[in-house]
Amino acid sequence: MAKKIGKQLSLPKSEAFKMSLRNIRIRFGRALVVSSSVFLGVAFLMSILTSSTITSALLKNGPDAIRLSLSVDASDYMARNIWLVSLSLLVCVVGITNSMLMAVSERSREIGTMKCLGALNRFIMEIFLIESALQGLVGSLAGGLVGALAIIISFFFRYGGQIAPYVPYFSILKVFIFSVVLGTVIAIVGAIYPTYLSARLEPAEAIRREV
Amino acid sequence: MPEKKDIVVRTVGVTKNFMLGRIELQVLKGIDLEINQGEYISIMGPSGSGKTTLFNMIGGLDKPSNGRVYIDEVDVAQLDAFELAWLRCRKIGYIFQTFNLIPVMTALENVTLPMIFAGTSHDESVDKGRQLLELVGLGERILHKPFELSGGQQQRVAIARAFANSPAIILADEPTGNLDLKTGKEIIGLLKEMNRKQGVSVITATHDLKMLDISDRVIWIRDGQVERIENRADLNIQVGAVEGE
Repeated sequence: MAKKIGKQLSLPKSEAFKMSLRNIRIRFGRALVVSSSVFLGVAFLMSILTSSTITSALLKNGPDAIRLSLSVDASDYMARNIWLVSLSLLVCVVGITNSMLMAVSERSREIGTMKCLGALNRFIMEIFLIESALQGLVGSLAGGLVGALAIIISFFFRYGGQIAPYVPYFSILKVFIFSVVLGTVIAIVGAIYPTYLSARLEPAEAIRREV
Repeated sequence: MPEKKDIVVRTVGVTKNFMLGRIELQVLKGIDLEINQGEYISIMGPSGSGKTTLFNMIGGLDKPSNGRVYIDEVDVAQLDAFELAWLRCRKIGYIFQTFNLIPVMTALENVTLPMIFAGTSHDESVDKGRQLLELVGLGERILHKPFELSGGQQQRVAIARAFANSPAIILADEPTGNLDLKTGKEIIGLLKEMNRKQGVSVITATHDLKMLDISDRVIWIRDGQVERIENRADLNIQVGAVEGE
């Protein structure tokens, strides 16, 4: 009889990914909470960014009439908005942390069981981080689209079709990608602390815990 | 095989303290045990005697405050996280009072999970998962989720899962605690059968007297100490009378 202890293999990320997807599919309501939190934050961020992108493009190349009506102090306006957006994203992180803490304590027994069956702490952490990242990605894609569209449409309402040639679609796309990446990163950052807690639980303790 | 019996689990002076607020409570007060390969052991004792705590120590699920636990002559305290996970995955199969199936997975997925952790290929683990579920009598319910199964059926899935990586030790904490009398008997019978056929050591923490009848040895725990260890031959308990049948 072999009396040697081997080392547990690290599972490929695809396994953690599959398990995260399954968890999201089955606990869809919970996933929506994280997603909508990111959605709101990113929609706000995207609307501010899109609006300032379009405004500066119009100020630079737009027709004179529009340039005059846009004669607000753009820099002062931007500073206040950046402050607001940062606050809203911060609230977003706290919301995600709260939601993921719930998820970890709800699934405490499940985490303990997985550890008993041979799951490495790293694997448990990957599951939660990937879950949060996916929820953040979906939320920020939707939020970015909605935010950008709302602002573009409102500009067209205000100034009419004449601004169509001046709208900087490519810059808006760049801002969109930036927002989506930021939203996803925020979802991951919000999940770090709950994930760390889940990894630290001893299996016996995780199973004993009554929720 | 060597002449003398292989010892799979050995504990030396194991103690465990828990902090209850500011009071330190000693739950285990120095446990010395030796469990041989292929034995069926029942750890008996009243609630609060430290059964489950001892069970967690033997299974490497918790760390003792003092003393040592050896599994296959390896000191569990010396293992790193990867080795500990390997040990839990391949050497030990766990069965719990509350079944602890993963609720979002089907019976088959629950059974294949430890094999995935062990690095077995998908096809191979599905094949073995089907075989194991058939062995425990759930051949046609493999695609059901835990909430679609009765308590007894869930515990059968848990037993199949515990055997997935052909462990040397099965640890069962009150496996019949949440089951009715008849189902409990079936589960005990199933455990005994697996013990006999596959030669694994079965260690159960229980206060179910039905267990006594099939155990090779019974370890009585009281107040965190081993009160006495009895061999089956010395036991004279009429199970039927106790259960009121």
